[in-house]
Amino acid sequence: MGTGTKQEAGVKPTSEIKSAVVRFAGDSGDGMQLAGAQFTSTSAVIGNDIATLPDYPAEIRAPVGTVAGVSGFQINFSSESIYTPGDKVNALIAMNPAAFKAHIDDVDVGGIVLVNESEFGKMNLKKAGYPEGYNPLDDEEMNQRFQLFKVPISRLNTEALAESGLGNKDVNRCKNMYALGMVYWLYDRPLDTTINQIDSYFGKKKKMPEVAAANIAALKSGFYFGETAELFPVQYHVAKAAIKPGKYRKITGNEAVAMGLVTAAKLAGKDVCYCSYPITPASNVLHALAGMRNFGVKTFQAEDEIAAVCAAIGASYTGQLGVTGTSGPGLALKSEAIGLAVMTEMPLVVVNVQRGGPATGLPTKTEQSDLLQAMYGRNGECPVVIIAAQSPGDCFDSAIEASRIAMQHRVPVILMTDGYLGNGSEPWPIPDHTKFEKIKVEHATDPETYQPYARDENLVRPWALPGTPGLEHRIGGLEKQHITGNVNYEPDNHQLMVEVRQKKIDRLAKLIPEIEPYGDPEGELLVLGWGGTYGSIYTAVGNARKEGKKVSGLHLRHINPMPTNLGEVLKRFKRVLIPELNLGQLRMLIRGKYLADARGLNKVQGRPFLVEEIEQAIDLMLQGKYGDREYLRPHNGLVRVEDQDYDFTSIDGRSQS
Amino acid sequence: MTQLPILTAKDFASDQDIRWCPGCGDYAILNQVKKVLAKIGARRENTVFVAGIGCSSRFPYYMSSYGLHSIHGRAPAFATGVKIANPDLDVWVITGDGDGLSIGGNHLMHILRRNVNVNILLFNNRIYGLTKGQYSPTSETGKKSPSTPMGSIDLPLTPLSIALAAEASFVARCIDVDKNLGEVLERAAAHRGSSFVEIYQDCNVFNHFAFKHASDKDTKEDNIIRLKNGKPLIYGKDRDKGIRLSGDYKLEKVVIGKDCQEDDLIFHDESDEKLAFMLSRMSYPEFPEPMGVYYDVKDDCYEDLLTQQVADAIEQRGEGSIEKLLNSGDTFEVK
Ligand SMILES: Cc1ncc(C[n+]2csc(CCOP(=O)(O)OP(=O)(O)O)c2C)c(N)n1
Ligand code: SF4
Ligand SMILES: [Mg+2]
Repeated sequence: MGTGTKQEAGVKPTSEIKSAVVRFAGDSGDGMQLAGAQFTSTSAVIGNDIATLPDYPAEIRAPVGTVAGVSGFQINFSSESIYTPGDKVNALIAMNPAAFKAHIDDVDVGGIVLVNESEFGKMNLKKAGYPEGYNPLDDEEMNQRFQLFKVPISRLNTEALAESGLGNKDVNRCKNMYALGMVYWLYDRPLDTTINQIDSYFGKKKKMPEVAAANIAALKSGFYFGETAELFPVQYHVAKAAIKPGKYRKITGNEAVAMGLVTAAKLAGKDVCYCSYPITPASNVLHALAGMRNFGVKTFQAEDEIAAVCAAIGASYTGQLGVTGTSGPGLALKSEAIGLAVMTEMPLVVVNVQRGGPATGLPTKTEQSDLLQAMYGRNGECPVVIIAAQSPGDCFDSAIEASRIAMQHRVPVILMTDGYLGNGSEPWPIPDHTKFEKIKVEHATDPETYQPYARDENLVRPWALPGTPGLEHRIGGLEKQHITGNVNYEPDNHQLMVEVRQKKIDRLAKLIPEIEPYGDPEGELLVLGWGGTYGSIYTAVGNARKEGKKVSGLHLRHINPMPTNLGEVLKRFKRVLIPELNLGQLRMLIRGKYLADARGLNKVQGRPFLVEEIEQAIDLMLQGKYGDREYLRPHNGLVRVEDQDYDFTSIDGRSQS
Repeated sequence: MTQLPILTAKDFASDQDIRWCPGCGDYAILNQVKKVLAKIGARRENTVFVAGIGCSSRFPYYMSSYGLHSIHGRAPAFATGVKIANPDLDVWVITGDGDGLSIGGNHLMHILRRNVNVNILLFNNRIYGLTKGQYSPTSETGKKSPSTPMGSIDLPLTPLSIALAAEASFVARCIDVDKNLGEVLERAAAHRGSSFVEIYQDCNVFNHFAFKHASDKDTKEDNIIRLKNGKPLIYGKDRDKGIRLSGDYKLEKVVIGKDCQEDDLIFHDESDEKLAFMLSRMSYPEFPEPMGVYYDVKDDCYEDLLTQQVADAIEQRGEGSIEKLLNSGDTFEVK
């Protein structure tokens, strides 16, 4: 978005723009995640609002040069508030033909495409799957459609580091910094944040000053190349965003979850016992907490997800904050034990960083398809509390809320995040820790009055810790007798106990805040969402409202139980649209519970919603174009009613008319 | 400080009716455990029994201590969580041959290699009792059961070999009705680290006399060896038989005085892992089966090391401050 170009003699013109979406793409080994993360830090530090979307392959070492091995990192940075990593890419950095091929379709018409020309040889073109004799860089259409900048980055980087004393391999590893330097110049960003980080990582931590020096040299060379070469006609400038003054940090959802858990434990006077089994995209939570031993955090890498949840329950049983973290396949393995936590009414937090499923599915891509698993994926009547975080920073508050409810109400709480939230980052206003509310947790101590399954007004049973004299009792998975907690199989008692476990969750609704839509309190259309789609939905609703459409938005943090006034809010709108990255799981709950004729926008492509996809669905809903369709899906960014039928027998699944 | 009351075996009984079949070997084990707890001065409030699922795993309900009857096969994982979070508790894991070696085999292996300080009692009745008599991972090949009417076709595994292979630091075996059970349990309780005790347990309903060779008063001394650290492997009612290592490193049964002298026998050494493994491979009827402590070595416990890491981290970096944590990472000021 250009807002003016100023020109001075001898200096390249600078064009003031409000925001830009940049995507770094290359082979998994090309260091694109690192380049992206650096660009993000720098942009955050100079005061832009940011949102990022890392996108990496499932295979650590997919064949070099192939499309399967392409790793990408997208960042949207702006002088205004933004809530998504952006729809169309304004500048793509493609380090090889495969990266070019994988991402070129997402680049805006007229967008910048900076390619590492050195890698566009015959071999790599072939590996990327281009037909023999074809080079997209020579394709007239490509050159017309985009501003194609061909720079032999690998060669220039090698030349720049000729004196570095490093071997070829190490020199070549610095080319991401060379590319980053060029992009820094293009968007008029300072180098100091990255230089400092390179220095402290390679120089101080890893004790490899020569590697640090080489990376810094590459970065600077790239930057100077941008400045001196007659390559880019203009330099872009994105001003600081008018974000509220204060101290911020860049935060990913997984970091925020880890910090939230530790904070919650401290607020309750407890320690975190985080028991987990590595799984993408949840592993970073384990890694983060493993580094926090000085907070009393005990992490336990169990032999599998079952052991992990069981150990977490064991830890809760002794009075600590037992937490287990995983992704969809792991959640499936934990179901039986979560049932035990429901039966024994034990505090437990289960963090589920969702990914594409079913089975192993799309391990590194985002999706929201575990909602019904979280709700119902257990034997028996087995209600748990479900909380969904809606942005990377919000994962912090959600983790505290989940821990608070688990500890105070002795229930398993499933905290739903997803790959996009977990790995995505945003600037996060650092909260004032003195303002956090203490989490009051009481433990039974009096042998005279203690009954394992007696209940308070919230139907919560006492938490009696082993080690307490006189409170010795036995609990387990067999049905409990009301009050005494002894094993009991009587028909009436079972009915009572099943209902009390349900009621306990239902009553919680009274203790959570009511919700109000953003936009108008009533109108033509309510766009209802949950979890990581918040940014896209919020932006789309905002855009629609700017155009005068009678649209409001509502985003659920509490999914089980739902806020008490949700049914009433739904009734205030003529239509309800629920965009989800699944085939309609919240829609099913809403339809079932409130008999509302909610329609969906459902995308399962491993990627977050584009804002424009939701905008189109909003229009179709307002125009009554959904007809009888329960949901629509986007295809290549377009949501069209006439484009919904798959031909499951054709090679691309789309009907050929 | 007031003197804590001395507890008797009876004090460790809960008020619940015991639901095992009359004559089940589990009763004998329950009684021995209660006696041992009284003897070693265990405190009810500090003792936790964690069990999986099975007849044997009902055990915690019958104790007056803390108890967690968990889910099938996962008791070692719950116990690990308990010990990680509160290393001061005395934790006993009760499991069966199905619970511990079939569905929970994985967890058993890992708690042993981590050497979490718990006492694991595996009630081996070579059958699935609770589900009414299907064959188990320790049932002999050819076992006829409701699920194997033509006889089972899989090879059984040996719990003690598994435990040793999983790096257990204490491995023992005993028999539900034998006098050595109490001694072994005491040793297990005294051992710091995972103590693994296989107990031959008679399921008189679905697999009666599975261990008759080892429990029958008249014949058992010919079929078992009572292990004593530093003592030769001698057995037999008349203590005239022994076990010797042959020239080709195989175990052989010998008659003392006829084939060799006592000094030629193998001398038991509880710290010898290879010997322990060889002993674990001895099975009836080819060999008498060793009873008692096979292996007992000192090793670090998982929860101690973890607690130490926490202490070290606090010493090196100072007690974690939430304020500092929130302000870590890439921070920046917006003016
Ligand atoms: C997940 C699960 N699968 C199956 C069962 C059924 N089940 C209960 S106990 C048991 C076998 C128990 O055998 P063992 O551990 O030898 O105990 P025993 O009853 O012989 O003491 C089985 C299969 C269960 N409770 N849970
Ligand atoms: S079925 Fe067998 S193991 Fe179970 S209680 Fe009866 S006798 Fe004991
Ligand atoms: Mg059994």
